[in-house]
Amino acid sequence: MAALMLSGQRDPLLVPEVSQHEVQVRQGFTGTELLLFGAVLDPAGRTGQGYDIVVVLKGPSEPVRLREKERFAGVWVNAQSTDFRSVPSFFAVAASRPVSEIVDEKTAAIYEFGTGYIQLSPSGSINPAEQLRFSEGLVDLKQRQRLYKQDMSGVQISQNVLYQARISLPSNVTTGTYTAETFAVTDGRVIASAEATVEVRKVGFERFVEVSANRWGLAYGLIAVFLSVGMGWGAGRLFARL
Amino acid sequence: MDVYLPIANLSVNGLWIVALGAITGVLSGLFGVGGGFLTTPLLIFYGIPPTVAAASASTQVTGASVSGVVAHSKRKGVDYRMGTVMVGGGIIGAGIGALLFRFFRSIGQIDVVISSLYVILLGSIGILMAKESIQVLRGKSGQQAARRRHHPLVANLPWRWRFYGSGLYISPLAPAIVGVGVGILTMLMGVGGGFILVPAMLYILGMSANVVVGTSLYNILFVTIATTLMHSLTTRAVDIVLVALLLVGSVTGAQFGSRLAVRAKPELLRLVLATIVLLIAFRMLLGLFYQPDEIYTVYPL
Repeated sequence: MAALMLSGQRDPLLVPEVSQHEVQVRQGFTGTELLLFGAVLDPAGRTGQGYDIVVVLKGPSEPVRLREKERFAGVWVNAQSTDFRSVPSFFAVAASRPVSEIVDEKTAAIYEFGTGYIQLSPSGSINPAEQLRFSEGLVDLKQRQRLYKQDMSGVQISQNVLYQARISLPSNVTTGTYTAETFAVTDGRVIASAEATVEVRKVGFERFVEVSANRWGLAYGLIAVFLSVGMGWGAGRLFARL
Repeated sequence: MDVYLPIANLSVNGLWIVALGAITGVLSGLFGVGGGFLTTPLLIFYGIPPTVAAASASTQVTGASVSGVVAHSKRKGVDYRMGTVMVGGGIIGAGIGALLFRFFRSIGQIDVVISSLYVILLGSIGILMAKESIQVLRGKSGQQAARRRHHPLVANLPWRWRFYGSGLYISPLAPAIVGVGVGILTMLMGVGGGFILVPAMLYILGMSANVVVGTSLYNILFVTIATTLMHSLTTRAVDIVLVALLLVGSVTGAQFGSRLAVRAKPELLRLVLATIVLLIAFRMLLGLFYQPDEIYTVYPL
């Protein structure tokens, strides 16, 4: 800190923290709530100046093909489709004020400050209007699955120093490395940013089941068959005696 | 009771899944249908990914049919010879079905194909069954129903075998072809195929009614085992926790169902099954023409 101040650093320093760096998905997991908090330290010691904080939490991305249904001869069938190269499996934004009041649209788009600004990297060449329709459809779908969300009053700032935001992860989250980016904004400009990661992973029996299903498919299938045959036969024997 | 499903990647209310299993179990014991045609759509409706729903439902049907087969074989209600011929055809059919599934998926029309199949098959079978059982219940053509004969085409096939359980002397090609057809549908629609098998055995093969349910369950048992293994090796979508929950409900349900089946009037049973089948067909038909809840579908690449 002292070194920074002496070197004439004028931008404030952001110190972020996450309530848990590892989310364990095990039996009975119904989702969890992450607390993202931290402090903004102004080297110049000005306390009167206000900051806005925007927190972006993103899950691992995957490429997807999105198909759109259309009415054809009265029947709804899949018609057009488009590919997206990087669709985050989870995306949440929390801000201390509505993003439109904090930054201009261009800045919001650069830093993905909102579900409307997610960089989905569409591939293929279709016209921008259609592209937009597909992107909006995808975001809407994910929002209703509670995987994409934005809360424009989700960050509380106390005394211009400490901030905190709560973001809930539903039970249907994908496992992997999540990144939590925190941005301090003032006068429409991002003045500091910091990143933290959260590891979401299955543990114990749940992990064992997933690994077995993927690595030892035949054995897994046979065990499933034995389980169902065994339970069915057992019930038959049990009821025959009753 | 919250239970986390490790393959489906979400948590569900365990009691609901057990109850769902129980309903399909009663159906399977009662009518000799696997109940997959009910489980799969309901699981999807609950929010479980379609592939996981279809794969796990087929494993559950295995368990439900075991207890049914045990119950029916005790009262000599299974024609093992006929069943085994059908299983042979069924496994070939499942392979063909898997190829068709991949093809329709690649052109993005698998949803429409599945819904249309449900509507056409369930609709026509439902109407056929309802018509006959109403006629029988009214006593108009009771004699005609009692003297059942197999379809003329079946009689033309060469190379006859005796099927003692069914009281038939027909070519094994007939049940094998029926088995192939049902196997294709099993893989495509994620169902055991009992609701197609039972009418096919009654109206095409002309098997005697008291072995139809047991033999249908016997066939379903082995075809769903093959389907489970195929899913475990290819889609890896069998969720063993989901299967266990469904089984707890369905194995008990199946026992009650097969007891009721002995007591109830077969025509009445068939009318009830016809009603359920028609309701589901109607729901699927509406789904094709009404604007769907989700216009967009995500396919991982």
